[in-house]
Amino acid sequence: MTSFRRLSQGGRIDRGRPLNFTFNGGKRQGFAGDTLASALLAANDIVVGRSFKYHRPRGVMGAGLEEPNALFTTGKGGTEEPNAIGPALELRDGLAARSQNAWPSPRFDLMAVNSLASPLFASGFYYKTFIGPFQKSWMFYEPFIRRAAGLGKTSYAADDVRHETRNAFCDVLVVGAGPAGLAAALAAARSGVSVVLAEQDFELGGQLLSGADAALEAWRAETVAALQAAENVRLLPRAVVQGIYDGNHAIISVGGTALESLRARSIIYAAGAVERPLVFENNDRPGVMLASALRSLANRFALVPSQRAVLLTNNDSAYEAAFDLAAHGVAVTVADLRREISGALMSRAAGQGIVVFPESGIAEVIAKPDVRAVKLSGRHAVTIECDVLGMSGGWSPLVHLTAHGGIKPRYDEAIAAFVPGAFASGHFAAGACNGVFGSRAAIASGDAAARAALGHLGRAKLPAAATLPEGEDLAYAITPVWNATQGSKGKAFVDFQNDVTAKDVAQAHDEGYSNIEHLKRYTTLGMGTDQGKTSNINALAIMAGLRGVGIGDVGTTTFRPPFTPLTVGAIAGRSVGHHFRPTRRSPLHDWHQKNGATFIEAGLWKRAWYYDWAGKTPQEAYVKEMELVRHNVGLSDVSTLGKIDVQGRDAGEFLNRVYVNGFAKLPVGKARYGVMLNDDGLVLDDGTTSRISETQYYLTTTTAQAGEVMSWLEFLAQCHWPELDVHLASLTDEWGGMSLAGPKAREALALALPGVDLSNEGLPYMGVKDITFEGVPVRLLRLSFSGELGYEIHCPANYTEALWEHLLKAAAPLGIKPYGLESLASLRIEKGHVAGLELDHRNSLDDLGLGKMASATKPFVGDVLRQREDMMAPERWSLVGLELLEAGKTLRGGSILFAANDEIKGHGRGYITSVTWSVELQRFIALGLYQGGLKHEGEEIICAFPLKNEQVKARIVSPMFIDSKGTRLHA
Amino acid sequence: MRIPCPHCGERDVNEFRYGGDATKQRPAHGDKDFQTWNAYVFEFDNPKGPHEEFWQHTLGCRQWFRLKRNTATNQILGGGQ
Amino acid sequence: MPKSYSIFSILRHALRPSEPWPEAWAKPAPKSNYDVIIIGGGGHGLATAYYLAKNHGITNVAVLEKSYIGSGNVGRNTTIIRSNYMLGANTAFFEKSLQLWEGLSHDLDFNCMVSHRGQIVVAVSPGQMDSFARRGNLMRLNGIDAELLDRKELEKELPYLDYSKHARFPIWGGIHQRRAGTVRHDAVAWGYARAASALGVHIIEDCEVTGMVMDGNKVTGVETNRGRILAGKVGIAVAGHSSHVARMAGLRLPVESHILQAFVTEPVKPMVHHVVSWGAELFYLSQSDKGGMVFGGHIDGFNTYTQRGQFFKIRDVMECAVSLMPFMSRLRLLRHWGGIMDMTPDGSPFICKTPVDGLYLNGGWCYQGFKATPASGLTFAHTIANDAPHDLNAAFALDRLMKGRELDEHGIGNWTYKQ
Repeated sequence: MTSFRRLSQGGRIDRGRPLNFTFNGGKRQGFAGDTLASALLAANDIVVGRSFKYHRPRGVMGAGLEEPNALFTTGKGGTEEPNAIGPALELRDGLAARSQNAWPSPRFDLMAVNSLASPLFASGFYYKTFIGPFQKSWMFYEPFIRRAAGLGKTSYAADDVRHETRNAFCDVLVVGAGPAGLAAALAAARSGVSVVLAEQDFELGGQLLSGADAALEAWRAETVAALQAAENVRLLPRAVVQGIYDGNHAIISVGGTALESLRARSIIYAAGAVERPLVFENNDRPGVMLASALRSLANRFALVPSQRAVLLTNNDSAYEAAFDLAAHGVAVTVADLRREISGALMSRAAGQGIVVFPESGIAEVIAKPDVRAVKLSGRHAVTIECDVLGMSGGWSPLVHLTAHGGIKPRYDEAIAAFVPGAFASGHFAAGACNGVFGSRAAIASGDAAARAALGHLGRAKLPAAATLPEGEDLAYAITPVWNATQGSKGKAFVDFQNDVTAKDVAQAHDEGYSNIEHLKRYTTLGMGTDQGKTSNINALAIMAGLRGVGIGDVGTTTFRPPFTPLTVGAIAGRSVGHHFRPTRRSPLHDWHQKNGATFIEAGLWKRAWYYDWAGKTPQEAYVKEMELVRHNVGLSDVSTLGKIDVQGRDAGEFLNRVYVNGFAKLPVGKARYGVMLNDDGLVLDDGTTSRISETQYYLTTTTAQAGEVMSWLEFLAQCHWPELDVHLASLTDEWGGMSLAGPKAREALALALPGVDLSNEGLPYMGVKDITFEGVPVRLLRLSFSGELGYEIHCPANYTEALWEHLLKAAAPLGIKPYGLESLASLRIEKGHVAGLELDHRNSLDDLGLGKMASATKPFVGDVLRQREDMMAPERWSLVGLELLEAGKTLRGGSILFAANDEIKGHGRGYITSVTWSVELQRFIALGLYQGGLKHEGEEIICAFPLKNEQVKARIVSPMFIDSKGTRLHA
Repeated sequence: MRIPCPHCGERDVNEFRYGGDATKQRPAHGDKDFQTWNAYVFEFDNPKGPHEEFWQHTLGCRQWFRLKRNTATNQILGGGQ
Repeated sequence: MPKSYSIFSILRHALRPSEPWPEAWAKPAPKSNYDVIIIGGGGHGLATAYYLAKNHGITNVAVLEKSYIGSGNVGRNTTIIRSNYMLGANTAFFEKSLQLWEGLSHDLDFNCMVSHRGQIVVAVSPGQMDSFARRGNLMRLNGIDAELLDRKELEKELPYLDYSKHARFPIWGGIHQRRAGTVRHDAVAWGYARAASALGVHIIEDCEVTGMVMDGNKVTGVETNRGRILAGKVGIAVAGHSSHVARMAGLRLPVESHILQAFVTEPVKPMVHHVVSWGAELFYLSQSDKGGMVFGGHIDGFNTYTQRGQFFKIRDVMECAVSLMPFMSRLRLLRHWGGIMDMTPDGSPFICKTPVDGLYLNGGWCYQGFKATPASGLTFAHTIANDAPHDLNAAFALDRLMKGRELDEHGIGNWTYKQ
């Protein structure tokens, strides 16, 4: 029966600091320095969860991040996290851990019935079943299958954890603080460059922490102390380097809640290696563990099997575990799959009372459900009662990060493992990560890698080679046995988490899924939360054997970040929720807020949508606000418009090129409405541009396209027309703007700006005037999109609120009030002005009724491709106005338009872009695009809205619903 | 990926805006040839390998510049100019 | 094709373990000559070969794949199928595709796990509600299911979104297509391969096309790393690398290659029962049958053939995930990867003849290729067999840009890197 005992002394746990935690609701106690896994094993919680597919009972297998079995859900509600890795989770007081995939408990799990049907669940099971009897049969089966799948659980509750992100730079990043990493960091630190040493564990030392060599421990302690003292070194424990991205960009998760983006000039990979399991029948039973995990438990966590351990190996490293267990009084038997075992090992084993059986495998694991005994195969077919079975299939270097940049690992026959295939410039590897096994060899290799990195950084003086701790490394020899099955009953697992067996690999091969990527995708091998850290190499080696090719020819699947699963929240950091994207606020934002505005999103902007003086709902308010402008005077915030200052001797020529209409001859003091096209001849944007002086124009764009237009103009000016003397500066954020409109607009402005000549002579329609008001530059533009007498008043953002308040106060006797975006947009519909909903990159000038603006005498951007065949077609959809003909009904945006006699199906003849209630006409009106456009003026058509089963009749009219002669504008 | 801005130096790629193939010669302003414009606007070499392209340092100096980059590796081959 | 996959065949094999399963698709050596060569053993290429054999009786066909079948975008996407398209030819084409998906597992005798769990796109402004209305109305008018949801109705379907006042982009409602859903992506490649192979098509893996064999303006075969292979007709179905292969025949395409990233979390018990997309930024997520959240966003924004993305875009997408669905914060990202997209100036594909005789193009899929797979194969096969397009793909011609017939479904404008 699997059981462990805590040693009374030794290890790296702090017996003076007990920690209380719970497991499946039961109280447990461990010590500071424990992991969740070591503390559970100390409490003899051997079965800790169930497997994904067959719900087989599972225990802890490994000693680190590679663990496939021992996954837990921790926390509750807003801190509930599934799939925490037991052997990598530092124990903390109050930790509440629960088993996964097991109900009611890991020892008695009802879903274990899956195991009975396991012969059916072979490779490709789902692809071959649940097809019938009907076309959509899968819809019947899927909910059951979904419920059975999934590992941990979590709730819909929002996250309680606050995640931080940070940016950093360094000269040398060392990944991993094992012997190689420590040595590399020390050598780099001594040369004075800035060093970051990132280690996933909460203690520095890597494999050294699990060893029992006093000289190495002394070196470790001394090196860590030296690094802690060095000012040019940042030590990052609990830090997983998750990915290496283009440009030496390392993403490091630190402590689970912070994410560091580190740009390193040079990177040294010293991530170590993980031990591989062996593939034999029932190798997944609780109590079957990696030999290195047993060694780590003994030396680091002072936890050894109660009485007897059996170790199965194909290489020398398992003997280190054997020696260390024996030293703590555990009876150890080694079954070695190899024929040749070095004499030194044999004699040292004999000296410690360890029985070694060469050429032995495991014929049977006797387990209930944890290991009770094992029966050996081969020449020594004995049955041995034991607490644990340790296995070692050799070591796989953690080459993951070295491959993130697209470099494939290379197979090294000598150590039967994949090693880094090559390195990008400035990247180096050391120690086990680079296939150099043994702690002293790793120290030497880390030291050498640091000197290479310093050379890359151009350091002329390199430090001398380090002195190694005394003593000798145990040599590493391996004779790979990829498939150690003995043909006895039971499943031989390759991927423990996803329940993929050696038989599944063979079946995939039979069916032709023999490419390693097909094998993975067909059997789900290596697709678990461990991403196959312990299983991939065994699987591809078995496949290589079946295919009769070399392991290197089979190759690996692609290594992708993150190195170990990382919460989505940690990556997102703080730019979530309210801070998801920057909020752009007009300089009048605070005023709006204090004065009853309801806001609405317009791209990144928050704009005043409507004001509570006019109503409690937008539907109520916008009509009141429209009436204000039509009958009196209103003031609206238009600060979000794109505003570009265009200066230079050739400013006129530049604008002549980018606008379809002419601007070079625009008189100083005048504004003009302009439209620009993209190179493809489709409309890009519109706006009003005015001439301030011979060499200065003030260009405005729509709110939506402001950034795009600015970039586009810069592109043309800088890259393509460098011969033009023109300079562009965005004033969008620097200047605010307001629109004053209504029959009493002049009166209102006169009250606010006494002494300014606002007569038709002094400031005619489309006139522009720069004035100074109380020392502040103010730009008056007489223009209007509402159709009423109107002015835009622009001034520096700092003064916009003061000017706005001044206007409202001065014109208060007239009854002036603010009006919002909804009424602003509705007023322009009544006037027939196109806006964002019509300017959607799909329409030509003619489509929008703007064809007449195009100059026939000068070239402009887009003038050639606007003449493409279909863009000149007579029956294109073009801008029309629509009046609702049925009282009591409404027009809806997104309605599809049909001629009166059309069958209501297909794509129709057009659609409604914008709708409003017309205060002028006292009915619903709309703008839309209709096939043939105003050729159909006066016709009655159908607006279909099948989503609400509605059809209403409307008449096609001119889009200019009001004041078609422009008397109000020119008033 | 890090992009060398000719004014500001090396910065992260997300400070920049990509602007397409820079080897395409924009037709002269006023060029009326339909095929020339069609090819300029709608056809791309799109090579897998060295590529010269436009970038703009939108979150910096707003300079547009040409950059040589290997599209097969994202390696920067030649600085901005 | 014999229907051989069922629970009974599995039982039989379980009882008789000594009888191995047959190969899913045959692995023949290339012949020197075929009637039709399809370059690219992805979803589209394999589907094309299948429909050439099944619908047109053309079985002397080879699919040449430079790596393993399904190694391209059919195995790298977020598995979404839908037909909520509103412009011209797109509507009928993608609806045909969805109809083919509905019967695909039966047709291929291979469970592609076609799950009609529905897709909901979440609207974040009244303007977006209007544009969704236009889309939904057009879908209804073309016989496609669509429902407009107000905020309350949406909250019932998707209770886990951020409806709080802290949400940066408040939720207004959404549009729901119930027949939309997901498909097990790899199974599509394998299912088509197995079915095509059973009809006599040669599927040849590890066979990279390195050049075109030309006779004047006619293509007569291809050069490969496994020798010259002649053919009466050659179809290109290598989206991501279309420019690269078309250049071998001297063609320049309206295509730039961009990377689109995709993401999957660790598996958890069922939480998300629809495909959910967002109107604030391009973002879409569903939960796979295995339990992982599979999701993605927009392209990185510059041309590249590296199948690995930039970190800033990864963070962007995670920000979307947490901002729309706050619980996503606690799930762990398991893996992220990238695929190379053929981006076109109007965001729509090409399935057409080319200016070179005997050469046909299927590409320019942007990031909508997966859902199109069945209809793409069906119409490309038709185009190759008849040397003329099917009604459904007539609009996907190479000259549509020159003729001003853009199909800019999202109104983004003439930028490949923004489409």
